[in-house]
Amino acid sequence: MMAATDRAAPWAVAEIEEPSSPPAIVLDRVTLRYGDDGRAAVLEDISLTVAAGEFVCLLGASGCGKSTLLSLVAGLAEPTSGTVAVPAGRAALMFQESALFPWLTAGQNVELALKLRGVPRADRRALADDLLERVHLAGHATSRPHELSGGMRQRVALARALAQDARILLMDEPFAALDAITRDVLHDELMSVWESTGMAVVFVTHNVREAVRLGQRVELMSSRPGRFVRRWNVGIDGPRRIESPEVGALALEITDDLRREIRHHAVPSGSAA
Amino acid sequence: MTVERERDDVATLEAGLDALESVRPMRVPLRQRLREKALPPLVALVVVLAVWAALAASGIKPPGLLPPPSDVWAALSSAWDDGTLVSATWASVSRAAVGFTASVVLGTLLGLLLSQWQALRTAIGPLVSGLQSLPAACWVPAGILWFGVSDAAVYVVVLFGAVPSIALGLVSGIDRVPPQLLRAGQVLGAGRLEQLRYVVLPAALPGYVSGLRLGWAFAWRSLMAAELIIALTGSPSSLGQLLDVGRKSSDMSVILAVIVVILVVGVVIEAGLFGPVERRLLKSRGLTAGAR
Repeated sequence: MMAATDRAAPWAVAEIEEPSSPPAIVLDRVTLRYGDDGRAAVLEDISLTVAAGEFVCLLGASGCGKSTLLSLVAGLAEPTSGTVAVPAGRAALMFQESALFPWLTAGQNVELALKLRGVPRADRRALADDLLERVHLAGHATSRPHELSGGMRQRVALARALAQDARILLMDEPFAALDAITRDVLHDELMSVWESTGMAVVFVTHNVREAVRLGQRVELMSSRPGRFVRRWNVGIDGPRRIESPEVGALALEITDDLRREIRHHAVPSGSAA
Repeated sequence: MTVERERDDVATLEAGLDALESVRPMRVPLRQRLREKALPPLVALVVVLAVWAALAASGIKPPGLLPPPSDVWAALSSAWDDGTLVSATWASVSRAAVGFTASVVLGTLLGLLLSQWQALRTAIGPLVSGLQSLPAACWVPAGILWFGVSDAAVYVVVLFGAVPSIALGLVSGIDRVPPQLLRAGQVLGAGRLEQLRYVVLPAALPGYVSGLRLGWAFAWRSLMAAELIIALTGSPSSLGQLLDVGRKSSDMSVILAVIVVILVVGVVIEAGLFGPVERRLLKSRGLTAGAR
């Protein structure tokens, strides 16, 4: 087992603050394997605590099991061993593709989430309008998903996730398919939503700068099997942008570690099995 | 910067991006649409009629076997005038409607069962697929033995023709529901029934509608085969029966006239009902390439 380490870096805070309120998510020595032979471990000995209202970014190359980890928290998968506790209750989940229902309008997509949450019919319309207003799409309630741009679809998906009124928002590379300009704007949008709702966010990405731009904490994962290898507490004060020099410097340091991890998987030439 | 200010900034930024990324759909003028959509089939029709007339005039077959279009037209108008055409067409179309409706009910139930019950699907899935390729006319003798020369015998044939396509259309529609939509439904907290009602069935609708379309085609052609073979009472009681009348009186003009009517009914239902429904459905989901 590799322990998560904290090394001093100018923009990384070495000490983890003790959470004052009960945690939102606690994964304790979680392992998940496919098949019975136990060789195909997707996640191995993962322990993670996410405090209420905390913004954590999970970073790693392909095959590190980031998405699987979110499925565990969302209750879509069961661990082979270890425990997954979600004291904050049901989590909302956003995907890389918006996964909006194409036969419903933007407003109806949000309303369906409200309905499944048990909100009475009379209140749904007004609530859905509020949620769309919150992601600045008030004028697009009657648009179908295919009539919206990729960025707008992800904002509707965000509104739909907010409709669940969950205390946890899981995000599985939600902006990976967007162009850089749109992604940048959605980072601002997400921060403002996070600040106003106080949800705990677990944000999976393979974009180092994005992780540093958004997270209070960045967890680097190794691949095959997925493990936590290192953690950074991002101690950047005040508003940051993806171009901020502090973000760039910490991203550089993290990228070096990420590359080291990836090099482990190189097959030396001439020794192919 | 205050939080308020920040939110305003994001709002205007997003409004700008949204405006830049929105594509305004282009309206195609009616005249251009008519030219592009209606003209080619009309030209094709004229060409077919011209070739037919030329062949009939060339005399490679005697006029009794290959009458010119004008004779067929005359047969059509005389059948129209004495009312046989209208009553026969009405009899067949209403029978097709009843048979198709029953097929939709049975086919939908069967499709639901097959898609939700894996053991049943493993057991009879291949059989249902096989039935789809079995010509429904094969069921005519069985229908007659079971129900005698009656409407019931005709409906048996229509059901065997249409039910498999409708059931399999629904099954394949459900199979092809994108997995991320299922995951989305699960995450939103849908139970099994809610998932079926709000996610799976709406998502499967395009596959179901193409199954219905295929089912209608099979129902209509099975009905014609059954009516041709099963001599129902009434004079003339159906389009199939009119075909038989033409054969018995060796009147090729009548036979061709009835074939034209059967074809027209098929085209009208297809182009007037299923085509538009399917197009609108796909368009509303952004599933058509170059949708207009």
